[in-house]
Amino acid sequence: MRWKSDPLLVVEHLTMRFGGLVAVNDLSFEAGRGDITALIGPNGAGKTTVFNCVTGFYKPTEGRLALARTGVADKERIAALTRTGKRHDKAADGEIYLLERMPGHHIAWHARVARTFQNIRLFQGMTVLENLMVAHHNRLMLASGLTFLGLFGAPSYLAAEREAVDRAKYWLDRIGLMDRADDPAGELPYGAQRRLEIARAMCTDPVLLCLDEPAAGLNPRESAELNALLNMIRDEHNTSLLLIEHDMSVVMQISDHVVVLDYGTKISDGTPSEVRNDPKVIAAYLGVADEEELAEVEAEIGA
Amino acid sequence: MSLASTTAAGGDVGWARRLKDSAFAAVITLVLCIPIILFHADSDANTGQLKLFWRPVAVAVFVGLAFFGRLLVLTIQAAPKREKAAKVAKPVSAAVTQAITIGGLAFVVLYPPATIAMMGAGGALTPIDSYGIQILIYVMLGWGLNIVVGLAGLLDLGYVAFYAVGAYSYTLLATTFHLSFWICLPIAGILAATWGMILGFPVLRLRGDYLAIVTLAFGEIIRSVLVNWTDFSGGGAGISSIPKITFFGLVFADRPGGFDDYFGLDYSPIHGKVFLYYVILGLALITNFVTMRLRRLPIGRAWEALREDEVACRSLGLNTTNTKLTAFALGAFFGGLAGSFFAVRQGFVSPESFTFNESATILAIVVLGGMGSQIGVAFAAVFLIGGFELLRQMDWLKELMSYYFGIADFDPAQYRGLLFGLGMVVMMVVRPRGFVSTRAPSIFLKERKSVSGDLVKEGHG
Repeated sequence: MRWKSDPLLVVEHLTMRFGGLVAVNDLSFEAGRGDITALIGPNGAGKTTVFNCVTGFYKPTEGRLALARTGVADKERIAALTRTGKRHDKAADGEIYLLERMPGHHIAWHARVARTFQNIRLFQGMTVLENLMVAHHNRLMLASGLTFLGLFGAPSYLAAEREAVDRAKYWLDRIGLMDRADDPAGELPYGAQRRLEIARAMCTDPVLLCLDEPAAGLNPRESAELNALLNMIRDEHNTSLLLIEHDMSVVMQISDHVVVLDYGTKISDGTPSEVRNDPKVIAAYLGVADEEELAEVEAEIGA
Repeated sequence: MSLASTTAAGGDVGWARRLKDSAFAAVITLVLCIPIILFHADSDANTGQLKLFWRPVAVAVFVGLAFFGRLLVLTIQAAPKREKAAKVAKPVSAAVTQAITIGGLAFVVLYPPATIAMMGAGGALTPIDSYGIQILIYVMLGWGLNIVVGLAGLLDLGYVAFYAVGAYSYTLLATTFHLSFWICLPIAGILAATWGMILGFPVLRLRGDYLAIVTLAFGEIIRSVLVNWTDFSGGGAGISSIPKITFFGLVFADRPGGFDDYFGLDYSPIHGKVFLYYVILGLALITNFVTMRLRRLPIGRAWEALREDEVACRSLGLNTTNTKLTAFALGAFFGGLAGSFFAVRQGFVSPESFTFNESATILAIVVLGGMGSQIGVAFAAVFLIGGFELLRQMDWLKELMSYYFGIADFDPAQYRGLLFGLGMVVMMVVRPRGFVSTRAPSIFLKERKSVSGDLVKEGHG
């Protein structure tokens, strides 16, 4: 129950309307620090919309998204910060960001939330290494003195660049693409592109990594490798994960906490085993309304 | 369109098919020729009245050209197919590129002395002024626009606006405040960059066609202002007697205290031209050096990443607003420097020099060269601008036409649009991604492999 005791991300009353369509309706949940939190639900449940709100691609119609980059996401501190009208609050005991008030690139750079996309978005015409170098943009931009120092090859910039290359190499090694570092990203096989996108997001040094269907289109072996990679990220890099996934083997094996959405509202929230046995979840997935029928179906699938 | 698609789809085209295709091309040409070539209204030589002439022979020539030309193209395409495909796919190696770069650099540096040695001071005037300087101005403009279009992937159809801002900045500063060219040059660049930002802000949210239209409009706005704000810019008549360039305060003129007098040389106009040549060469090389350098810095990688995928850029914390604005501003800065040089070289500016046609030419150089490729852009500028000048200088062809064929008013330069269009069509078929279609990566671990143009995106435009 780390999401209750030490939450990293606190989502409260999140609502997103597109004209008359309510994609997300009054959604509240917490994601724990050091947890792998899975966001699941049938197609069109509003999972990607939640992601887009968290990562700043959409501005939520209503609601609050608070992220504690360090320290504890204390409810009272969040409420106090909200009243001040500021975007973030930095104190000795932690740094809190209100994501709904920040533009997308600030969320990635200051609040340290990284993401991947459902349809892979790599820089296809750039090499694998270049893709990872772009992820170091803000750090290198500062090191290059907003380009002016870099233009004259200042040693401080060169050192920063070397450091970025070393980090890129570390991740290339981790995802097994060291040999293909100088190949264009668009030429990689599908599974490798997925891994590269995760590595690229990790190069921004995030506290929260949002993965939109990372296992989509992977074969069972690649899927197992992905599980290992995600576990490694959580254990070794002080990064919590929030993932959308349809592949239940991935969800049930690696997640610590599962939030289930249906038609934009939360229908279940708990550990994987709790959620798996929740009648509402089974009904949402199998489309059963009747209690009796539900019992029959449950008996059939042996839940 | 249909012709192109049939050849693309059909692998081996038989003779019957080829003849049919050629006949089809001939019919289309005939239909097109009836309104534009068959009828010709001209004043009658004797009476001076407007009279309708028929030109069936000319139509027959065009139809014949279309038929046999098409047949030839199909026959060539049918023959050595495999070999050709393999040849095109092979990228140019790094060593070859380097050799071309060093050779080209040596050539452009030695060009003026070599021409003077070969043709004498009088004869070298045209090669240095009309070819050398003219081409280098467009090389620089092409490299400047390459930052915006080639690297950042933002289609800019109004680049000439910055060229105009640079030219008028120098003109007005020099004629009003009597500042020297060397002081005005950076000011003109900065003013143009400011205008680049001013254009950049409203178009930040636009993509593709919309972006192109707004930049096009921006170019026209600048020109209209220059035409109509007579008090400021002198209106359509332009501004003449702009101060000439000086060599550390020495003017290039036949008078005591001038450059030639000071160094004890006999006066020759070629000295001034050679100096101008080296100035524009220096400016162009600075443009190139800065661009090549920036490509390896985070800002350059951000431009290219922006061209590849803007959404992914935002997810990685890149400020896309700043990235776009810096691309616009830097492209405009170099355009402004080139404009300033244009004004000092011409000694006269008017809005006539800054029409959409110029924007289109510069964009054509960038596209023809291969978007993002520095060396390709340089070659395209030599090819296009050199070609235009060649047509303009073809006096022998004029004489030939009037002497043997009795065509008195033949002017080869009139055909530049036609040849330019044909060249573009041929390029589209042979090398759709420009002369240099591969992209050189900005950083590598073990080996610098060039990226195939098929993978590189064209950006939002």
